[in-house]
Amino acid sequence: MSIAAESNKGSVLIEAQGIDKAFPGVKALSQAQIKVHAGEVVALMGENGAGKSTLMKILTGVYQPDAGTVSVGGKPVTLPDPRTAQALGIGIIHQELFLMNDLTAAQNIYIGREPRKAFGMFVDEDRMNADAAKIFARMKVDIDPKVEVGKLTVARQQLVEIAKALSYNSKILIMDEPTSALNEAEVAHLFAIIDDLKAQGVGIVYITHKMDEVKRIADDIVIMRDGQYIDTLPAATTTIGEVISAMVGRDLIDTSRAHGQGSDEIALKVTNLNAGRAVQNVNFTLNKGEILGFAGLMGAGRTEVARAIFGADPVDSGRIEVHGKAVDIKSPRDAVQLGIAYLSEDRKHFGLVTGMSVRDNITMPSWERFTSNGVFMRDADLGSIAKEYVEKLKVKTPTVDQETRLLSGGNQQKVVIAKWLLRDCDILIFDEPTRGIDIGAKAEIYKLLQGLADEGKAIIVISSELPEVLKLSHRIVVMCEGRITGELEGKTATQEAIMTLATQRVEAAE
Amino acid sequence: MTDTTQEAPTNKVITSSFLQKAVAFVVLIILLAFFSIFAPNFAAWSNMVNIMQATAVNGVLGVAVTFVIISGGIDLSVGTMMTLTAVISGLILTNLGMPLPVGIAGAIAFGGFMGSLSGVAVAKLKIPPFIATLGMMQIARGLALVFSGAKPIYFNSTPNYGLLSPESSISLLIPGLEMPNSVFIMFGVAILASIVLNRSILGRYIFALGSNEEAARLSGVVVDKWKIITYGISGMICGVAGLLVSSRLNSAQPALGLGYELDAIAAVVIGGTSLAGGRGTVMGTIIGAFIMSVLTNGLRVMGVQEEWKIVVTGLIIIVAVYIDIVLRKQS
Repeated sequence: MSIAAESNKGSVLIEAQGIDKAFPGVKALSQAQIKVHAGEVVALMGENGAGKSTLMKILTGVYQPDAGTVSVGGKPVTLPDPRTAQALGIGIIHQELFLMNDLTAAQNIYIGREPRKAFGMFVDEDRMNADAAKIFARMKVDIDPKVEVGKLTVARQQLVEIAKALSYNSKILIMDEPTSALNEAEVAHLFAIIDDLKAQGVGIVYITHKMDEVKRIADDIVIMRDGQYIDTLPAATTTIGEVISAMVGRDLIDTSRAHGQGSDEIALKVTNLNAGRAVQNVNFTLNKGEILGFAGLMGAGRTEVARAIFGADPVDSGRIEVHGKAVDIKSPRDAVQLGIAYLSEDRKHFGLVTGMSVRDNITMPSWERFTSNGVFMRDADLGSIAKEYVEKLKVKTPTVDQETRLLSGGNQQKVVIAKWLLRDCDILIFDEPTRGIDIGAKAEIYKLLQGLADEGKAIIVISSELPEVLKLSHRIVVMCEGRITGELEGKTATQEAIMTLATQRVEAAE
Repeated sequence: MTDTTQEAPTNKVITSSFLQKAVAFVVLIILLAFFSIFAPNFAAWSNMVNIMQATAVNGVLGVAVTFVIISGGIDLSVGTMMTLTAVISGLILTNLGMPLPVGIAGAIAFGGFMGSLSGVAVAKLKIPPFIATLGMMQIARGLALVFSGAKPIYFNSTPNYGLLSPESSISLLIPGLEMPNSVFIMFGVAILASIVLNRSILGRYIFALGSNEEAARLSGVVVDKWKIITYGISGMICGVAGLLVSSRLNSAQPALGLGYELDAIAAVVIGGTSLAGGRGTVMGTIIGAFIMSVLTNGLRVMGVQEEWKIVVTGLIIIVAVYIDIVLRKQS
């Protein structure tokens, strides 16, 4: 960035430099940096796991950096807790809302610091409502401060969150994917508010995956990848392709594509599947020996399709055939008995019982096969079979008695894979198989998946990382807003072709 | 390519649950030593026998609750369920005049049936365990009063009944050793429960449910079934406690039972089982029950007003859970 461009900007509100942060098993940030000027919107972009959230948590005092400096208004500061960050004028609007539904808008905004009256014995509700009304007026929104937050739409709840952040006189606002639950009109309204805030000299960090939004509101784009700062690009003159290649980092990922061909034998056939609003009229087939990629934006309904097939969520209508036979799957148990496995993106909550050992996790779906008289566990056999799979999948663990919470992300994922292989599942649905996994371990997981396909397993890979989908898939199904919008050949598909299908319906609505 | 995977820490044999059980055991030893020094005659063998006998009912009820708590639930109904099963055995033996084994089996089976009803409420109706078993606590209490006509049932037609618990059958084998059967029954129940929890597939599922129910469900575990069985087993063990208490009193006292559930939960917590589920041991619970009865007995022998025991028990519960929190943070 040239010095001339720098001088056109307002004063520097916040600057973080050389930030390092490590968690057990993962180095989350390495020499990360970001700088925000007054009246500027900085879009923070990067793939899942790039370290965006971790960096923001350091700026808001949730995490402490292992190294590096943060300065606010040119002065170095330490941010030991969120309260200190708030006092320095750093506000954050989380992707998930943290509001108390039964309290009013004003009560939510001033929670924990209510204005008092009568020697501090009572809350001064009138003043609180008046103050909240002032903030809403500044944002040009007409929310009644006395309305219960639970009665507002999600979009308006988000506005209450923004009002809350502004009530701290925040100079710096961090917005984490604020539009993920908003429709077009609501997004336009939010952007108008952001423009007003910019004019008032507020600096904004805007985390998003959506390129069109970045083009509309951002001044600069900061790109992160694998916990590192990559580049700052001017939003006005940067193309989508440039952003994507900076985010993806072609030098790090082996993009060579997989593979032979899947067989012609159909393992799973889904016809007219409907489940709630997130899954509408979904049709696809999955062959043996094939990796079928599921691409799409967050909330496109890919996870919901997987959970419906697996029996984790109820199905409204539709037909599912497994190896040519129509089946009725009412629970995960039914699915498992048909050889279908679902490997959740959220391994810690849905994939593993983290407080139990590697042995118990690998064998859990198969426990009933490892009893004497159906009552007592044959622990020695459990141990030896678990050991066999640990060696086969190269799980790094001192013993099979190690609690799984102590393993790294990649090794946890291997444990989850092992448990389904031991259960003889031959239809494997992977939801974000490499989320939270180091780049080195990623390559290993890729190899594992390809090996499984070569053995004849039928595999679905749901992934938000396009290079991952392109690398692994024989065919790619793209979803948008609960529907399948297209199918691409793995060999010839491009990121652009996928993104076009993934945003198709959004653009059609414009 | 960088591999930042850390060297995984070496296997920890000493789990927090084991540690706290060890802590509870040390506390028990300290209490025994303290009272032996400061309370005259505390250490007499006859007094030790008193303590063990006084522990039996609470220990057995504690084992019942341990199952449910490890599975991630809670059972408030164990006290009144004990009373209800005692009344049932009274009805079978005294009112119907059936033989003793039928009475014993009937009480245990009925406890299992009522417990599994709690399980159905929790698993199928999705009622929080606290509420479901609070309801069951009142249902069992009411039924005990209704079935008995609110009057004690005496075991007049079964003269051996009153000997079940207090008699020292061991003396027949080892002359000179005086130890009531109730103590052996408690240890028998505890050992059996330990084996079930640690060795059986049910036990494995109980730990899995308490650690992460959703992950277990997504692994194909039929969560509802195992939950119902867990509460059913708790009810059956309450049936054993019902036999112990009614045999010692030689009567089924329908007004008894309220408050026993809190003592049982206290024993579980003191023994190192986590109320969050997924961690715990039966032997810890037995140690917890011993700590409570040693306190009661020791303070009484020292001549301290007995009610102080309640205060001290309360303090011990808080300290025990605090130790659990500290140990959990470290690991």
